[in-house]
Amino acid sequence: MRATLLRYSPGLLLLTLVLSGCGVEYPQSSISPHSDFAHIIHGLYTTIFWWTMLILAVVWVLLTWVIIKYRAKPDDPKPKQIRGHLGLEIGWTVGPAIIVVLIAIPTIQAVFATQQPVSEDAMLVEVTGERFWWEFHYPEYGITTANELWLEKDRPVNLRLASSDVIHSFWVPKLGGKRDLNPTVAVREGEEPSYNWLFFTPEVAGHFYGQCAEFCGESHAFMLMRVNVAEPDDFAAWTESWQASPGALAEVQDPDEEGRDAGLAIQAAQDGEIDETPLVAEGREAFLNQATCGACHAIEGTHAQGDRGPNLTLFGTRRTLAAGIMENNQENLVEWIRDPWRFKPAAAMPGTDYDMEGTAGFWPATALSDEQLEAVAAYLLSLK
Amino acid sequence: MSSVATAGEKTAGHTLGHEGEDTGLWSWITTVDHKRIAIMYFVTATVFFFIGGIKAMIIRVQLWNPEQSLISPELYNQLFTMHGTTMIFLVAMPMAVAFFNYLVPLQIGARDVAFPRLNALSYWIFLFGGIYLTSSFLFQAAPHAAWTGYATLTSAQYSPGFNTDFWFIGLSILGIASIAGGVNFITTIVNMRAPGMKMMRMPLFTWMTFVTSFLLITAIPIISVALIFLGFDRLFGAVFFDPSMGGDPVLWQHLFWLFGHPEVYILILPAFGVISDVIPTFSRKPLFGYPIVVYAGILIGFIGWGVWSHHMFTVGLGPIADSFFVAATMIIAIPTGVKIFNWIATMWGGSVRFTTAMLFSVGLLAVFTVGGLSGIMHASAPVNLQQHDTYFVVAHFHYVIVGGAMMGLWAGLYYWFPKVSGRFLNETLGKWHFWTTMVGFNLTFFPMHFSGLFGMPRRIYTYSADLNVDIYNQLATIGAFIFAISAVIMVWNIVKSWRSGERAGPNPWDAPHLEWSIPSPPHHYNFPELPTVQSREPLWNDGERESIQAVTMKEVETEPVMPNPSFWPIVLAFSITLSWALVMTGIWWVIALGIIPVFVSTLMWALEPAFPEGSGH
Amino acid sequence: MAQAAVAGEHATNTGISNWKVGFWTFLASECLFFGTLISTYMVYKGTALVGPYPEEIFSVITTTVSTTVLLFSSLAMVLALDQVQKANKKAAIGWLFAVIAMGGIFLVMEFQSYLKYIDYGLTLTSSTFGSSYYVLTGTHKVHVLFGMIWMGILAWRLHKDRIPPAKSEQVEIAGLYWHFVDIIWIVIFTLVYLIP
Repeated sequence: MRATLLRYSPGLLLLTLVLSGCGVEYPQSSISPHSDFAHIIHGLYTTIFWWTMLILAVVWVLLTWVIIKYRAKPDDPKPKQIRGHLGLEIGWTVGPAIIVVLIAIPTIQAVFATQQPVSEDAMLVEVTGERFWWEFHYPEYGITTANELWLEKDRPVNLRLASSDVIHSFWVPKLGGKRDLNPTVAVREGEEPSYNWLFFTPEVAGHFYGQCAEFCGESHAFMLMRVNVAEPDDFAAWTESWQASPGALAEVQDPDEEGRDAGLAIQAAQDGEIDETPLVAEGREAFLNQATCGACHAIEGTHAQGDRGPNLTLFGTRRTLAAGIMENNQENLVEWIRDPWRFKPAAAMPGTDYDMEGTAGFWPATALSDEQLEAVAAYLLSLK
Repeated sequence: MSSVATAGEKTAGHTLGHEGEDTGLWSWITTVDHKRIAIMYFVTATVFFFIGGIKAMIIRVQLWNPEQSLISPELYNQLFTMHGTTMIFLVAMPMAVAFFNYLVPLQIGARDVAFPRLNALSYWIFLFGGIYLTSSFLFQAAPHAAWTGYATLTSAQYSPGFNTDFWFIGLSILGIASIAGGVNFITTIVNMRAPGMKMMRMPLFTWMTFVTSFLLITAIPIISVALIFLGFDRLFGAVFFDPSMGGDPVLWQHLFWLFGHPEVYILILPAFGVISDVIPTFSRKPLFGYPIVVYAGILIGFIGWGVWSHHMFTVGLGPIADSFFVAATMIIAIPTGVKIFNWIATMWGGSVRFTTAMLFSVGLLAVFTVGGLSGIMHASAPVNLQQHDTYFVVAHFHYVIVGGAMMGLWAGLYYWFPKVSGRFLNETLGKWHFWTTMVGFNLTFFPMHFSGLFGMPRRIYTYSADLNVDIYNQLATIGAFIFAISAVIMVWNIVKSWRSGERAGPNPWDAPHLEWSIPSPPHHYNFPELPTVQSREPLWNDGERESIQAVTMKEVETEPVMPNPSFWPIVLAFSITLSWALVMTGIWWVIALGIIPVFVSTLMWALEPAFPEGSGH
Repeated sequence: MAQAAVAGEHATNTGISNWKVGFWTFLASECLFFGTLISTYMVYKGTALVGPYPEEIFSVITTTVSTTVLLFSSLAMVLALDQVQKANKKAAIGWLFAVIAMGGIFLVMEFQSYLKYIDYGLTLTSSTFGSSYYVLTGTHKVHVLFGMIWMGILAWRLHKDRIPPAKSEQVEIAGLYWHFVDIIWIVIFTLVYLIP
């Protein structure tokens, strides 16, 4: 007991150092701050960490000492019967109380500092949690995208958080703490519904991992996201690419809009009259007119204007698929469209051969053939 | 010591069934003896401990590698929901109640609890409620919305089927048992102390039972009401938690944690009580700062009511509410710290014997402190925004519930087993139990601090390989299996020692309190005559010990009159469970019909005499 | 309803019987129960999206009448206990029936109000006001009904000479319950009906 405990405490400290050591990437680490918000939290955490280590050391040292020193020996006399000591009691009440105050003061300062809406030039993003994906709406730019949040480096952002079903929680650890996305409580006419907010300024450009942090049902573990913090130029380019939406091309060939036969578009592509492969044209046809994907998904510039599923405009620019669970490439995309529930049970999307029937309602199977799957995937990936 | 040893030899013939006592199955079913009820509580809670443990093992296997899918996400959600629900409501709480039951009357010098039949009723409700809740797995409809059951995930829309019905009805049933138990122990402690047993002479375990009972009767009604709201929402279309109708899901969280935080102290205070009795005994010194430890316990119970929203820092309550709950939570750390220092001071200058009971107590001090300090970290609201709902929190609350509550109860098991059975638990196996627990427990939960800090949320079915947290999960899984072995060792030890353990006398540890003044195991009437107590450690004062043992070890000609056995508790408990189960139908007249058996058995119970006719009661 | 059951011991530390201490403890628990129900009602006050709203349907006069009846039933309860202690069996039974009758009048009046509100369109499912109002007052009504049954059993036992004055505590505890239910109603009446 004695020897083991002695080994035990430094062992744990050592373990701490080894395990938290360098060399391994932790993309979702909560102790690697990359925003002002995350820095405040991390500073506070570090302060508290060392205070608690101090207390732990005191308790463990005392305990070890007692274990070694006062272990019963065969010829021990009856120990002195001490019932208490007022001075000591006051001491170990006041001592911890002081430490607690020293922790509480910066804590409360940080509470207020991190819950202030930031400056005028902040960008507003309306975040909506859905089972099991994220919608990001930028009112300033008229952009609605999903699962990959674009932010501008050094530009403050105000995230307005809401949910359309159950409670989710927005958490990108390197950019700061989490905040719940509560279902918006309906209010009487003329009253404003209340929302949760997160305020921060990303300080480093890069790709950050995030994840839903409030248990939200069957596929909670698959509700991931990515945040792209872009240099101002790149961010501007991204918003501009939305203005020059790829839908422009689609618009011309949209049979509903122009009355043209879809087959003509495919023919045109084959003939090299339009700058796209026949596969893409075929995919567009399947997406827009056969599988009625547009009932739930929107692609700017086409008649696909559904708002129940993720907006797929510029889908080809996304790194990941299905809310961060896999790489966005042809192969994965085909499998995802074929059988979403294989990857994300209870997702609100039908497969090729099964209906979607769940809490989000009903939608019939897409009935896409293997060729059509390849074509739809190619079409979606062409949206850049 | 020598006088105790002789007395021990004299009573060594006692086994659990004293001569002339009925030991058949029917006698257990109809028993109203607090000691037998305690044993049933303990055995049942241990069975549920294994059921809850197996769920944890499956969870740990599923998390061994990233992006694994050994079981389905739906089953995973059922397993972690029921792991939490089982461990809290069917293991930690009833295990503590087992100790309350066995010890409170013995420690205060009473022959039974205030309401013996009500006590039996509590047990049977707990048993049937537990069976009902667990049976949900047979219907593949186990609760799946986490033990916190946050709205709107529990609504009829997002949780169709019977899963959540099992949960809210099961917890409602168990709540009845808890409130009845709380009423019973408060009355017992207020009213039934032996002559001279002033409140401030009571052993700490009884004190903590007293505080815990107050928490039970005040916290449980709140969750009961919340569950009733949920039931009306699910079955009859009420809109308490329906945001589209103006209902606020956050209200559920307030109600849940208003119950949930006192619940945390319901779990931990009994363990604090146990080690406050164990540490002085094995240090051969009275508890250091007895009044301070008592007041600290009461203070924890009180402040425990003002901290619930520290579970809700991410909910968006605003900076003022956050600050208030930060302050309240920080304050509650102080009395907890005071207790720890007092325990260390009790050992200081003592002559400390490291029996298994003492090892578990010291182990508790070592690991509970870790859990307490990680608690201080996420008591800081901004830090909490990073740690909330991650494995860091999972590590934290296992450190306080397993490393605190359960370790304390295991200390109590080794300490009081000789009193219950008349035999010692095997010390060698006990030390194996302790060390496998320490190694397994720490290996399971310590790495979770890291997986949490590195971004692994809790309640996830699997995690991305990118997170690089596999190593921590694998360590935890290995630890969990070592921990499981420790539980098997414990049960093996109990079974083996119960049959053939070394005989123990009335006071084998030379302990100071009243329960050690009577034979081991005690007579069914506990005390032939009630002793008079003059101090906090009556058996450590030579004169007082002799005068007490003269009374407590006396052979009696005519046994004291004890309450009648009764089968109405089990019938009423079954009726209550049945009537609640009928709520699942959602048909109002079926539910109304279900009340009839409850009413009839209550009436029969009330009309049945509690004591033998003509006994003067 | 059984008598004091201190195993082998009549004297208690407080001098108050176990049954009474236990029952007071239970009432403490009930306070939290109703406290939660009432708090929920208060929290949801003013959040109903659709009418009818409280101020449109509550009739303070009707409720005042039913409240008064319930208040007087408490008086009858006190008198019943007094008669039990004085061994006036018939009078005691009479007063208990008065309690039951007044409880009955209260329930009938309240259910008539329920019917009226449902007519106006206020149901369990219509709004947060409807849900919290019906569950709060409904729970209270179940308590009143339970109390009436309890009084009935006491009256029957009195009739069978099972409750001599020495065992009047049975009636006293039932009285505690009845007064408690009454006081809870006063709180509900004040918070729900009187405060706009």
